[in-house]
Amino acid sequence: MAKIVAVTGNEAVANALRQVNPDVCAAYPITPQTDMMQRFSGFVSDGKVKTEIILVESEHSSMSACVGASAAGGRVITATSSQGLALMNEILYIASGTRLPIVMPVVNRALSAPLNIHGDHSDAMGARDSGWIQLWSENAQEAYDNTIQAFRIAEHMDIRLPVMICLDGFIISHSIERIEYLEDEQVQNFVGEFKQLYPLLDLAHPVSYGPLILPDYYMEFRKAQAEVNTKVPEVVLDVAADFEKISGRKYGLFETYRLEDAEIGIVILNSAAGTTKDVIDEFRNKGIKAGLLKPRLYRPFPYVETGEALKHLKALCVLDRADSFGSSFSPVYMDIASSLYPYNDKPILINKIYGLGGRDYLPEHAEIVLNELIDIAETGNVKSYKEYIGVRE
Amino acid sequence: MADTLEIRWHGRGGQGTVTAAKVLADACLSGGRHVQAFPEYGPERAGAPLRAYNRVSSHELRMHCPVLHPQVVSIVDATLLDSINVTEGAKEDAAFIVNTSKDPQEIRKKLNALPTQKVYTIDATRIAIENIGRALPNAPMLGAVCKVTGLVTLEHLLEDVRKSFGKKFSQKIIDGNLEATRRGYEEVKEG
Amino acid sequence: MKLKNWKEVNPGSVITEPGSSEKFKTGSWRSSKPIWIEENCIQCLFCWIYCPDNAIKVKDGKRGEFDYEYCKGCGICALECPGKKGNKAIIMVEEGK
Repeated sequence: MAKIVAVTGNEAVANALRQVNPDVCAAYPITPQTDMMQRFSGFVSDGKVKTEIILVESEHSSMSACVGASAAGGRVITATSSQGLALMNEILYIASGTRLPIVMPVVNRALSAPLNIHGDHSDAMGARDSGWIQLWSENAQEAYDNTIQAFRIAEHMDIRLPVMICLDGFIISHSIERIEYLEDEQVQNFVGEFKQLYPLLDLAHPVSYGPLILPDYYMEFRKAQAEVNTKVPEVVLDVAADFEKISGRKYGLFETYRLEDAEIGIVILNSAAGTTKDVIDEFRNKGIKAGLLKPRLYRPFPYVETGEALKHLKALCVLDRADSFGSSFSPVYMDIASSLYPYNDKPILINKIYGLGGRDYLPEHAEIVLNELIDIAETGNVKSYKEYIGVRE
Repeated sequence: MADTLEIRWHGRGGQGTVTAAKVLADACLSGGRHVQAFPEYGPERAGAPLRAYNRVSSHELRMHCPVLHPQVVSIVDATLLDSINVTEGAKEDAAFIVNTSKDPQEIRKKLNALPTQKVYTIDATRIAIENIGRALPNAPMLGAVCKVTGLVTLEHLLEDVRKSFGKKFSQKIIDGNLEATRRGYEEVKEG
Repeated sequence: MKLKNWKEVNPGSVITEPGSSEKFKTGSWRSSKPIWIEENCIQCLFCWIYCPDNAIKVKDGKRGEFDYEYCKGCGICALECPGKKGNKAIIMVEEGK
């Protein structure tokens, strides 16, 4: 029987990690992740899990310890935010290139400078090409569910890639919401027993990790890694189908909301998607055909499926809680634009950047964007392809 | 959205305002309801003004932004009335619950509340000092909010306070908080 | 040796065959070659200890020939060799001479 509780996002994810009971956790505290790992280390101290906690002196070290522990043959977790993820950057590529199924919740927070501890997607966007799988979560329930599913995806024998679970700092990590917990036993059965490929500690079968690969072989390894990414969406869907059987909750590569017959649409990640859905309902009540697409599997990006889901729209706005400085548009916009490029008939696409450093994303922001999309759909005139919203001019 | 109740709390760091919002959310879980409780995070200093929010609804709560138009505004510290506009954005039929020893009529005047809005007072700090021995007005405020909103029964709320405080505090403190909550529920005055 | 294609390489570049570096012959790197002069050898085995590439064969506690498939010609063995009565048991000669 599911247990209904009112908990914070951090508490929910920490509980998911407790239920999985991993072998090793190497983590370093950083706001707003701190309270998640503090709770998890409490589980370790109380003997609720058999996890070995490694206290490290930085995130570069935490990810390095995770790489070692995972290669050794353990089921390994860590968690971070913001500067912590940035400091891990070098080792992120080693974890994915070595195909180590490490699971890491990322509590999304802005990057310094200027120093800011609030919700923003710049941290995870900076790691989007690191070879990690990224699952994004609208609320505490999704963060909890994604964390449990992440183990099955990461550890699938056809995949063996590390997974990040993204949730919005403070907005989700520190807000109390109603969520449904699965039973410990259900989670244990769902994730199953961990089996590492080529564990270093299997002394009967000695192996070497981390060799120098020269130009005569490097591209073959990279091509192999790229090919693995193409298998991820199917595994994500299979795992989601199994998860639905035990939870009753349905997950896909992305979520669409009133999108099928929509004429205008919004693409938006994480917690702001919920606020947008409520505004879309208001517009629908006024007879305006508005819809939404919320990416869930953002890396590898399911561009074919996403393009198919959006191509019928007349006007579409991608709202991003991160910019990509010096680039043409913001991160998610570029992926959506690439998804739509092959189609002759496609929506007019605009880009808004919102909510940086925890700036509130309010219903009125969604209203402004939807009203602009109505105008674009009618007239075809675009006044600005890319702009910041909710900023003082 | 009519079946969603939105509450805004105004307090100062160290008064247990955030805890009150959390306990209320937990207590409102019953009957399959959806709940949210979240503070507005800033530099966390004792004495600094802070806001916290609750949403309670029969359907899924998807809105993830501060409460802009509260039906209930709970003011845990009356000294905030001079520095912060606690009526901002409040609905036309909003209820204000103020921790003060003053008369509801006097507070109504100070708030400049609309005739359609209700004003309640509760001397939560005095109740807290009498029952807990410290000026921690959150428990009586919780009782008062519960009475005004009718979200949960007093018995149910007391059970939740016992559960929430039981993890951290001694029996004496728990009993004091239970009594303070009950008195908040019973002594809140409308004016 | 035929190089593997991307479908054949091991996931994560893990090497599952221990000691496979033996297949990598390095003798061609050598520009000068050590020569063992057995009559000057006192069997101290300093050369065996100092050789960075295990290119000196020892059998039954006795020094044997160089393994020229791996010897890179660094000359450390010749430097360390104490020889007998001032005569070195290992000398370096230029390759191809």
